[in-house]
Amino acid sequence: MTDRVRVFLVDDHALFRSGVKAEMGDAVEVVGDAGDVATAIARIGETDPDVVILDVHLPGGGGAAVIEGVRREAAADPRFLALSVSDAADDVIGVIRAGARGYVTKTIAPGDLLSAIQRVHDGDAVFSPRLAGFVLDAFAGAPPAGALDPEIDQLTPREREVLRFIARGYTYKEAARELHIAVKTVETHVSSVLRKLQLTNRYELSRWAADRRFD
Amino acid sequence: MAEVPRSTSVRFARSESDRVLLGVAGGTGERIGVDPLVVRLAFVLLALAGGVGFVAYLVAVLASQEPEPGQDQQTRPAEGRRTVAFLLILAGALLLLRTAGLWLGDGVVWPAALAVFGSVVLWTRADVGRSRLSRLLSRSSTGTVRLVTGAVLIAVAIGLFAAIGRRSGLLANAPAAASAVVVVLVVVVGPWVTKVARQAREERRERIRSEERAAMAAHLHDSVLQTLALIQRAEDPRRMATLARSQERELRGWLYGRPATGGPSTLASAFEAMVAQVEQEHGMPVEAVMVGDAPLEDRTAGLVSAAREALVNAARHSGARTASLFVEVSPEGIEAFVRDQGSGFDPAEVATDRRGIADSIEGRIARAGGDVAITTAPGEGTEVRLRLPLPVSKEAP
Repeated sequence: MTDRVRVFLVDDHALFRSGVKAEMGDAVEVVGDAGDVATAIARIGETDPDVVILDVHLPGGGGAAVIEGVRREAAADPRFLALSVSDAADDVIGVIRAGARGYVTKTIAPGDLLSAIQRVHDGDAVFSPRLAGFVLDAFAGAPPAGALDPEIDQLTPREREVLRFIARGYTYKEAARELHIAVKTVETHVSSVLRKLQLTNRYELSRWAADRRFD
Repeated sequence: MAEVPRSTSVRFARSESDRVLLGVAGGTGERIGVDPLVVRLAFVLLALAGGVGFVAYLVAVLASQEPEPGQDQQTRPAEGRRTVAFLLILAGALLLLRTAGLWLGDGVVWPAALAVFGSVVLWTRADVGRSRLSRLLSRSSTGTVRLVTGAVLIAVAIGLFAAIGRRSGLLANAPAAASAVVVVLVVVVGPWVTKVARQAREERRERIRSEERAAMAAHLHDSVLQTLALIQRAEDPRRMATLARSQERELRGWLYGRPATGGPSTLASAFEAMVAQVEQEHGMPVEAVMVGDAPLEDRTAGLVSAAREALVNAARHSGARTASLFVEVSPEGIEAFVRDQGSGFDPAEVATDRRGIADSIEGRIARAGGDVAITTAPGEGTEVRLRLPLPVSKEAP
């Protein structure tokens, strides 16, 4: 395995960073880590990682600020996976809307974290059961009146079905088997939901994200 | 890194430490990054230019905020310089007013100015931001000197006022004499009153802060510290994880304002409480996801109990490390899924000896008017689906 995924860790707890490093072992190449927003933006620009594992709460602006800073200043164009102890909806939605391609909680098993990293690296979206629950909650009910693009403001029945399986604790593979579709199709649905999540004007989602912007 | 957090509002705080009058110049200078001396000179020049500076200063006082107490008091300029500065400003302002014609007469203004100055000498705090030695001195000799000087100045001012007033007949009418007494009282006692009021305010703020700290310390002691102690003694990793998890849940509830006390009132909070209990009693983490909420009543409470039974089964028999619970409230009804990725079982084989368990799940849901579906096979894990059709709270027709 010569081309291991190059990973960068951002978390303000040094103890947690070394724990994650130890857990992942040789499966990925950890190219660097940082404990605050400014250092993270600078070091990510220098090391040009494939995937950045990002804590939601950070001194100096939070995970969303790192994503925006890297997009704006750094030469690198990594993919972001949010990892947090928080299960508050505004935290999760804020970092996803800033551009993270996935969200998992810190209680995730090491093996699951590795496959989440791989999946984000491959350009797919990673939804924990909790994130799936938030999305189902947020997209419940009719789309807002006067929406510019009703396609983006609601989920298709199929996307809803896929999310419900994820919320029930099914892996993508198990959900694909239950729905008699290919795993790739499940991934497509989830990526499409992620896109809607980032673009929708649904009130709760834009408000959650706006709340996060000023911390 | 250590950037000074700047507020985005137009209001700025007057300076507590760098002040001659009310700290406006100090605060302004701090805010726009200019030496306060420049700001002060600007105010004085503007004041000479037809009194604009006075108006500007007043506007600045009204537009600014109370100074933040207790911030870098060591930058307070030396006492002597401040006194001289104050004296100069006062004299300049008076001369200006005199020239401008806004004048009550020499007999009133000069004694008043003298009294104000005496009051300043009396009441300015000399004990902040100086070396221990000079503080010691000020307590013994300088303090006394200030006291005597201030008192003498005020006494002279009163005498002067009385003398000039009597000669010019100003004190002949009672209202003028009364207002003169009021002015003297305000000048002499006013600074002391504001000083006492400010101290009281600071003390109150400090007390509130320490009460909050005590409440937080008490809570953390009863919860987090106790749990950490338990975790250090726990030998079984599963038990450790359970302890950590239930503590995490409790702390999170506390931080985000969901008090753990009192019975649950909605379906979501009832499920949350139930999951916490199962994790605690059976040492198995449960990944619980709730979508939507509904009022807690007999039927929905039955659903919670049935889901609990399913989770307990997963903990006892499946051998799985974790279980998932997903509850969704939709217009069509409430669905709850309890899933584990453990050993699973053959429903036909266990039918006889686990009949009771199935009854306690299926019986409950049937009584509530719902249905149960169990999906399982050996080695495939188990999923129990509980469903209650809505409307939940509709009266029987």
